[in-house]
Amino acid sequence: MGIEAQFQKVEEKLYQNRYLVDAGQPHIKIAPHEKPSKNLLAMTHLCPAGCYSEAETGQVEIAADGCLECGTCRVLCEPSGEISWNYPRGGYGILFKFG
Amino acid sequence: MIQEKFDAIVIGAGMAGNAAAYTMASRGLKVLQLERGEYPGSKNVQGGILYADMVEKIIPEFRNEAPLERRLIEQRFWFMSDNAHTGMHYRNDDFNEEKGNRYTIIRSQFDRWFAKQGQAKGVLLLCETTAVELIQDPYGKVIGVRTDRSGGPIHADVVVLAEGVNGLLGTRSELRPRPQPSQVALAVKEMHFLPAEVIEQRFNIKGDEGVVIEAAGTISKGMAGMGFVYTNKESVSVGLGCLVSDFAENQTSPAHLLELFKKHPSVAPLIAGSEVKEYAAHLIPEGGYKAIPKLFGNGYVICGDAAQLNNAVHREGSNLAMTSGRIAGEAIFQIKSRRDPFTADNLALYKQMLDESFVIKDLKKYKDMPDLLHTQASNLFLTYPQLVTKAMENFVRVDGTPKIEKEKHTFSSFRKARGALGLLGDAVRFARAWR
Repeated sequence: MGIEAQFQKVEEKLYQNRYLVDAGQPHIKIAPHEKPSKNLLAMTHLCPAGCYSEAETGQVEIAADGCLECGTCRVLCEPSGEISWNYPRGGYGILFKFG
Repeated sequence: MIQEKFDAIVIGAGMAGNAAAYTMASRGLKVLQLERGEYPGSKNVQGGILYADMVEKIIPEFRNEAPLERRLIEQRFWFMSDNAHTGMHYRNDDFNEEKGNRYTIIRSQFDRWFAKQGQAKGVLLLCETTAVELIQDPYGKVIGVRTDRSGGPIHADVVVLAEGVNGLLGTRSELRPRPQPSQVALAVKEMHFLPAEVIEQRFNIKGDEGVVIEAAGTISKGMAGMGFVYTNKESVSVGLGCLVSDFAENQTSPAHLLELFKKHPSVAPLIAGSEVKEYAAHLIPEGGYKAIPKLFGNGYVICGDAAQLNNAVHREGSNLAMTSGRIAGEAIFQIKSRRDPFTADNLALYKQMLDESFVIKDLKKYKDMPDLLHTQASNLFLTYPQLVTKAMENFVRVDGTPKIEKEKHTFSSFRKARGALGLLGDAVRFARAWR
């Protein structure tokens, strides 16, 4: 059992939050790609909600349900067109209880 | 959905938007305010510290009703290495004055209260409504917005873009650039709940007194960044942020850095046994004066985080935001009173007034600091904190080594790490950026 085991996982952190998920309407989409750019690949580490993951075939995938709407991926990956970034519909997405 | 035309549409119900909406409505203007969250504050994140002076200038009697957490009487600065911190603590009982100078707040509560004050003055606030597009006439003048609600566009004489650091309207209409990765910090934060008396014991405070800890050093792994611990009434906010460009270069997980910060031997006892009730993330504008976009144009003004109005050195943001919102509201009211059109020439009044205020003066003072923090991050946040820790240990630990040798060792460790010229250069660079 390494030291890492003591750390709380991101998924557990997200359970504390309140969301209203707009089912079937993800507000962030990744454009089809063969090989992700350095920035897109970095999102698999950087995303504070752990929304980005690397598939076995090397592409980067997203599950945006836990998104905290910080905009980090927008700043890093929108200029190249690799992702499209919108707000969730009004009232949906993360709803901070404290903020 | 809405047929009538408004004097002004305010995008966002954060500090800047609420200040602008309140200022205009209380002077009789017809104001529509749009907020994409379920309620004002539900999309907003802050440490957060409220600076009373800037709220007073908008709502003088705010202390009677506003949801405030703790009145701050002590500020701690911690220079951190892996197992130690070297601190400077400033505590002053004079801060226990009737009209406190700074308070901790919880944004979802404060923003709801602030927006309600605007509604009482006549602001029409629509929540759960995302503004998706600015409408411009053939000459490029902003004349209204389109929302994600059914119904056509909504028109107004002027639009106040208080849409936050991550606002989409201004960038999509190319009124301001998207922030660069080196101009924004990503911060993550947790709310740790503890009984009030436990917080008071651990932080050496009583009643509604509060403490702020700002921490820098090896906690950011050589990246430009800071950690913080703020006391609320019955919770402690613990967070950490670094520049997005540094995060990307180092492929570091902010959630993991926060876990390490919480486990630091100086931090862990303060939050032991707490119940965490929320985990948040947010971008903070850190680009300073040089990153400020054009603040006005034909039919619009930009306020708050959307305009990069954040003082990274003093950790001030919400007060710059609400001051810019208030000044925008005052400028718009003046133009309206003269029955002048909201052209770029006339709205330049907003920038003139803002230039005269502490907002732009403070940002100008530190205009070179963001570049310095960016280029010197590994020295400032990794090398020096470790050197300082070693120096303090040499000073404090008693082990029979003659003091003269200990001193020699301390000086040579600084010279070895940075070189005599390097030390001088660092001092000069820092002094230059500060002055």
